[in-house]
Amino acid sequence: MATNRLSDSGQNTLLNPELAACEVHGITRASFILRGTLAAGAVYGMGAVAPFVSQALAETGGGDAEILNFALTLEYLEADFYTVKGKQVGLSGQAKAYATLFGAEEEAHVSALTAAIKQLGGKPVSKPTFVFPTTSESTFLALASVLENTGVGAYNGAGPSLQSKAVLASAGSIVQTEARHAAAIDLLIGMSPTPNQGFDRPLTKAEVLAKADPLIKM
Amino acid sequence: MPSSPNDEVAPQPAGIVERLVRDDLDRKRFLRMAGSAGAASFGAFVLAACGSSKKAGTTATSAAAPASTTTSSSANTGDLAILNYALTLEYLETEFYGKVVASGLFSGKVGSLINDFGHQEMTHVEALKGAVEKLGGTPASKPEGKFPITSATQVAELAYTVENLGASAYLGQAPHIQNPEVLASALAIHTVEARHAATLGTLVKKPVTPDGAFANPADMSTVLAAIKPFLA
Repeated sequence: MATNRLSDSGQNTLLNPELAACEVHGITRASFILRGTLAAGAVYGMGAVAPFVSQALAETGGGDAEILNFALTLEYLEADFYTVKGKQVGLSGQAKAYATLFGAEEEAHVSALTAAIKQLGGKPVSKPTFVFPTTSESTFLALASVLENTGVGAYNGAGPSLQSKAVLASAGSIVQTEARHAAAIDLLIGMSPTPNQGFDRPLTKAEVLAKADPLIKM
Repeated sequence: MPSSPNDEVAPQPAGIVERLVRDDLDRKRFLRMAGSAGAASFGAFVLAACGSSKKAGTTATSAAAPASTTTSSSANTGDLAILNYALTLEYLETEFYGKVVASGLFSGKVGSLINDFGHQEMTHVEALKGAVEKLGGTPASKPEGKFPITSATQVAELAYTVENLGASAYLGQAPHIQNPEVLASALAIHTVEARHAATLGTLVKKPVTPDGAFANPADMSTVLAAIKPFLA
């Protein structure tokens, strides 16, 4: 999977006056509703939302099927992590219970996304081979936290780019589950269940790839 | 429950959403206005994708997809209605957590989580108010809530119910939002409500994913009926 021109972070583009003047769907970036929203939100860490929207809209070339294929790769990754790696590591107690439950739910996401991509006339990507650098329950759970939180940011980031409202409804239904997984895992390992406070920051494709790529065997 | 001393003495005109909760006729009119046409297609895509329904997904896809994002005043009207609806829910959540914190029923780690959640709901209120104003609308007025607060277990269970409702409410509205920035904001808030719900689920020994792999959306009339008991 190659990274693309979206690799610059939202913060950088926000500070770039050229980009700030770009028009997105007839709205000048500088007048974005979110700027106002974030007059309050900036204080609370929602600052990257507005710049992301324009980036996301700029990358809609591939359409919904391409976005769903990106999501499918992440779901393959999560499903494989819980079901295959979870068994190898040898989990116990609550960690084992979560891995079993969440693994089944990620597999359901894989099936739903695969079918949705076909319905849209696209070709579902095949399942990659993954390598997870973990051999203990504690490192397994730490990686689970990264994967789930990355999943939340990935879906939230892609949401505004989806053209079909029905696909958006499905993606929303899935991302809510990812957020629940993330919170449960984070609580289990003594981390905050709301790492982004009041607003879950959407991630750019490049930010997601930075987390996912090292786990995909080329 | 004593009313807050700094509430204005003169009776405030009820916020639009609050009025809708009380008035069934208004509610029906409002729901039409807010664009409930797509409501039937909620989840249809997921169901179709799972093989439970043969044609619903394709139908929903073509029927529900808007031609393009629009900045027309009609789109603003729909988004404003949704934002004010969300604002009303966030006001209630904020007031609820405020009363829970004041009750002193929780301390330590759980108390600190409850405190965080209340603060986060307050930031949602501020953000939504800002968004309504940016769209040229008038933010809904703060409703006065009433919440039974008797024991830590009862409160945690109520909070779990309220957060699940909030998460399903945002999920229900996401496909109706026209403005991409408003949508991005709503999504950013939606998953935080989900995190709250899951956290509370672990505290009360209830499922962290009560709907399984696919969270269920709730439409406006379902949510408004559910919050009715919590309006003073």
